[in-house]
Amino acid sequence: MSKEALVEVKNLKTYFYTEEGVVKAVDGVDYEIYPGETLGIVGESGCGKSVTSLSIMRLVESPPGRIEAGEINFKGTDLTKLSEKEMRKIRGNDISMIFQEPMTSLNPVYTVGDQIIEAIMLHKQVKRKEARRQAIEMLQKVGIPLPEQRVDEYPHQLSGGMRQRVMIAMALSCDPQLLIADEPTTALDVTIQAQILELMNSLKESYGMAIMMITHDLGVIAEVSDRVAVMYAGKVVEYTDVDTLFDDPKHPYTWGLMNSIPKLDKDVDRLEAIPGSVPSPLNFPEGCKFNTRCPLAEGKCFDVEPPLEDTDGGHMVRCWRYEHLEEIKKRGERIYEDRGVQK
Amino acid sequence: MEWQEVLKRLLQNKISLLGILIILFFIVVAVLAPWIAPPQDPDEPYLIPRGGWSIEPQPPSEEHIFGTTEGQYDIFYGIVWGTRTAFRIGLVVVGISSTLGIIIGTVAAYYGGLIDEIIMRITDVFMSIPFIIATIVLVTILGQGITNVMIALITFSWMSTARLMRSQVLSVKEDEFVQAALALGANDFRIIFRHIILNTIFPVVIQASMRMGSMVITASTLSFLGVGAPEGYADWGQMISFARNWILGVEGDPLHYWYTLVIPGIAITLFCLSWNLIGDAFRDILDPKLN
Repeated sequence: MSKEALVEVKNLKTYFYTEEGVVKAVDGVDYEIYPGETLGIVGESGCGKSVTSLSIMRLVESPPGRIEAGEINFKGTDLTKLSEKEMRKIRGNDISMIFQEPMTSLNPVYTVGDQIIEAIMLHKQVKRKEARRQAIEMLQKVGIPLPEQRVDEYPHQLSGGMRQRVMIAMALSCDPQLLIADEPTTALDVTIQAQILELMNSLKESYGMAIMMITHDLGVIAEVSDRVAVMYAGKVVEYTDVDTLFDDPKHPYTWGLMNSIPKLDKDVDRLEAIPGSVPSPLNFPEGCKFNTRCPLAEGKCFDVEPPLEDTDGGHMVRCWRYEHLEEIKKRGERIYEDRGVQK
Repeated sequence: MEWQEVLKRLLQNKISLLGILIILFFIVVAVLAPWIAPPQDPDEPYLIPRGGWSIEPQPPSEEHIFGTTEGQYDIFYGIVWGTRTAFRIGLVVVGISSTLGIIIGTVAAYYGGLIDEIIMRITDVFMSIPFIIATIVLVTILGQGITNVMIALITFSWMSTARLMRSQVLSVKEDEFVQAALALGANDFRIIFRHIILNTIFPVVIQASMRMGSMVITASTLSFLGVGAPEGYADWGQMISFARNWILGVEGDPLHYWYTLVIPGIAITLFCLSWNLIGDAFRDILDPKLN
């Protein structure tokens, strides 16, 4: 892509200093987000996807957390070097964020209108009356019926889907250029999930903003993303555009993730699951961090960590043996069930 | 829960209604004091007028409807104007010490780390000093008088609120709406005052209403021990201390001077009881497990 990146994350390392040791939650992550596109970040719980987003917002709790190294370039400024005061001007204004739990993301003691008005008045020099008018307009834009009435209601009077719409209205009230959505649909019913994703897609078009969509749900990724970064144990393991990823996953982890989803067109007795779980960040294995669960791991995988390599035309993979995976895919074997995992 | 709802439930609950009625009665007495018991000297209304110089208390009569206590101080006048003293001590002491406690506890919990550690150790030091002894010492240093009593009470009573507030804030600050407010670019001041304190204030309100009574009792204790109000000042504790020499009555009639002790005693008891009733009812209303 020739366009200039809106956000460029370079070699980001966010560590947590706990009593048990240093937790390398994000350990050298690189990606870019271009204006108007959606970057999906996918991975299991604990792989560092939320911490990356909190690092961009500089909301990592410190102590114990700290951005150890790396750059986060947002329109040419390195966010890691800004003061707290300068950062507050960017939060909610240039970069907004919505969270997973719409039930607890709104303050229970204020009306939804109050909270949207607060967001508007934090960054725009407008009178309260004008802010209220804008709040009602925002509620209308996110598809809340009777916005003039809803604006004076308390969060407990709204359903989960409605609250997530309010959160989106709040996040978009200052026309941000980047919206970070941290599992925005995880806590919602499937039908509501689809509505919210559709809403985000249409708002993205009309506002021309970029979205960073963090999720563990490949379905959500397929629905909204342009490009995808698959994360495992604090690192990006595969990074490419969404079609390539689904057509031709090259990392055994991505491959495993895709096979663990039921498919309508295939009749299988059992889903193929990736055995085990993400290793504790306090004692990651030597070499490739996926080697404890990888059926293909051998020799070099246990000694040296593979780099994130460009395999063909921008399809980045962090694996020594991705070519081997190609051969297995051609033979149509199931890699996790047919091979025991070496421990 | 909203304030209107809480108020409605307070009025529906029989126990808290009783408490509210007693408090209302005291408020009326305090407000109408200049008409109920007109002061002899309008510049010094808190000085109890004396009906003579004899030491022995006199029983209720037409002139002194509650009788007179040691030194011929009029009990009725003392009770009426003592209501004002009680409210003043309760509201000022509880108001200021709760505010202090709220600020100290919130700052400690919100910023955490070293700040929390330092503040809470200071709190521990204050808590380790026996309350009554500490206040007696401080009043003795500052000198007798209601204002100094209040200063001493405030100095040694903010710690429980601070601890309560700290524990509340520790749990609320992890809530996602605080994160959401941070993500919108709100500063610490706004987050603390707009988002955290209002979500944590109810337990502190309950505790404050319970303390209204106990602060008045403590102030009375200080007066009883002779380091509180100056002699002749309308204060319930002092009225009881006047009764000290007459509690045993006369030979063969232990209740001979009952009015010197019982009347101010009832006033203090009712005052404290009513605040505790309200506090209890408050706690029940706001406890989701009891709903």
